[in-house]
Amino acid sequence: MTETIGLWVAALFTIGIYSFLYKENPLYRLAEHLVIGISLGYFIVISYMRVLEPRLIEPISNGEQGAWLLLIPAILGILYITRFFPKVAWLSRYPMAFLMGAGMGVGFPLSMKAQVLRQLEASLIPLYKTGMSWEIVLGNVVMVLGTLAALIYFFFSKPHKGLFFGTGSKIGIWVIMVGFGATFGFTVMGRISLLIGRIQFLLGDWLHIIK
Amino acid sequence: MLRKVPAMLLALLLATGLAWAQAEDPPPAEPAETGETAETAEEAVLMEEGVEAEIISESDASIINATIGDGMIAPGGIVVSDWPNDAGDALLVTFEPGSETGNENHTGYAVYRRTQGEEELTLVGTMEIDDGTEFIDGYDPDYIVESGVQYEYQVAAVYLSGAEIASDPIAAQEVAGGQIFHTGKVRVLVGCALFLGLILFYFHAAQRGIEMYLRPIAGIEAIDEAIGRATEMGKPILYVPGLSTISDVATIASLTILGRVAKKVAEYGTPLLVPNRDPIVYTIAEETVKQAYMEAGRPDAFDKDSVFFLTQSQFAFVAGVNGIMMREKPATNFYLGMFWAESLILAETGSLSGAIQIAGTDAVTQLPFFITTCDYTLIGEELYAASAYLGREPKQLGSIKGQDACKGIIMAVITLGILLSLTDIIAGTDTLGWLRNLIAMPIVD
Repeated sequence: MTETIGLWVAALFTIGIYSFLYKENPLYRLAEHLVIGISLGYFIVISYMRVLEPRLIEPISNGEQGAWLLLIPAILGILYITRFFPKVAWLSRYPMAFLMGAGMGVGFPLSMKAQVLRQLEASLIPLYKTGMSWEIVLGNVVMVLGTLAALIYFFFSKPHKGLFFGTGSKIGIWVIMVGFGATFGFTVMGRISLLIGRIQFLLGDWLHIIK
Repeated sequence: MLRKVPAMLLALLLATGLAWAQAEDPPPAEPAETGETAETAEEAVLMEEGVEAEIISESDASIINATIGDGMIAPGGIVVSDWPNDAGDALLVTFEPGSETGNENHTGYAVYRRTQGEEELTLVGTMEIDDGTEFIDGYDPDYIVESGVQYEYQVAAVYLSGAEIASDPIAAQEVAGGQIFHTGKVRVLVGCALFLGLILFYFHAAQRGIEMYLRPIAGIEAIDEAIGRATEMGKPILYVPGLSTISDVATIASLTILGRVAKKVAEYGTPLLVPNRDPIVYTIAEETVKQAYMEAGRPDAFDKDSVFFLTQSQFAFVAGVNGIMMREKPATNFYLGMFWAESLILAETGSLSGAIQIAGTDAVTQLPFFITTCDYTLIGEELYAASAYLGREPKQLGSIKGQDACKGIIMAVITLGILLSLTDIIAGTDTLGWLRNLIAMPIVD
């Protein structure tokens, strides 16, 4: 019985969300508000159960070694609540500044490694080696020259005119768009499979029209 | 011929042992005909090639006895050393193989550990035979290695039958210790220093008043036009600062642009809506908008309900924003920041509502969706540069010039790679390999 009710609720809300394809309507609005409210409540519980309790409350209450250090992030977290009190609301800028500073500090070397050095290493490939098929050679040449052209496109401090910057940036934007086209097709395939999953749920699990 | 006898005997005993193991009521174990004596499965001690080992498996004793004859040797030569370039939370355990090469029954190793002074050994990791004879202890969060603690290790050879032959526990030769400097990241340090140096150089050059050119970017130039459109129509502007956290570079770039947009919105008196998914981003976005209204000289016009938190759930957030779009009918939608699968849903709905849309992200998989559904799209680094474009402050223009110089270096290295590759083709050398090694970094630090 419970399972049947769950099935009907899921099916009706699926239809409610899909009804948006026609236009914004009360059924969509009901589904929208419910999903926002429920997800918010769910995340509050998850945050307490998976973060606050095991990583802050339990270590401190159990007197684990070095647990006092957790008081520092706990105080920083509490400072966020000062936003509700206008006189001391300025205190909430401390955790914000800390997070932004830490975010940038941690992110910069990681980006340098993953998005610069690794990519640079990947583009330093031999154009030709004994035994390579012509398709691979062509692929290598397109990859290396395409990377160069795309980099030219992202030059902001030079006008995109002339042979190097003008032609280079035009080739660059073509390379980028060809790449996006391939990504578009690949991602759409994934989305279609999600749609098929929902239709299978409606026609199979709910209406039993298909097996 | 004599060498084959133990193998044949082993095969016979193994087959018998397996048959017993599969039977519902296995008969009691009998001593094996190998000359070895095993009192119990847990306490049997094997002396072979000078290595003292104990059988610690709970498997049937007959199986264990049967495998003894196959040259099963406990792993030896265990060396425990501190894993370099870490925070003192890993140890490297190396050992010598515990079986004859090519023994098909030998499937892997089990590594046990205990703190010195304790009795019970804990299994901290298992390895397949192909994994080699090096084990990094401390990677498994369930069995953390503490800095400065003296551990004892035992390595057991694991056999197909489930039998394990382990060496005596040995005290680790080293304890785990942290290092301040990660020698494996010197290249990252050099790269960061070079890039920061160039940015600071142009930063100061801009401060000295040197003129810097920035080529026009359609998407950024359209921002003023889009704000003006909303003002003329008397409708709100919707600004979505992405769905990621504050540690994402795209989010930080988006919040900087939000400040510029909010300042203009404050000057024109246009309503602004900023829904947020991340609680931290929400608070910073609110501060940013508030600050922008103050800079515009209109702190009284700031409506704190204009920046709001919806939910952390990805698609619930999208449902909420879509509802806002269809109900409030904003004249202009900005989607600037990090987006995932929701990008198309948002942009398509915005397009249906008739809003002019400007998007920008560094998510390669989402850019195609924004390009097809939005009026203007800032691609990747254009998003990072947008703030400097809007502000036209010398410092930020200098940083753009510095980033261009960094890109110039990258292009020079790639060009050098092409030339070296051509040299290698003609001369049969490996100069490109040298260049790659200069940049290459290990995948695992």
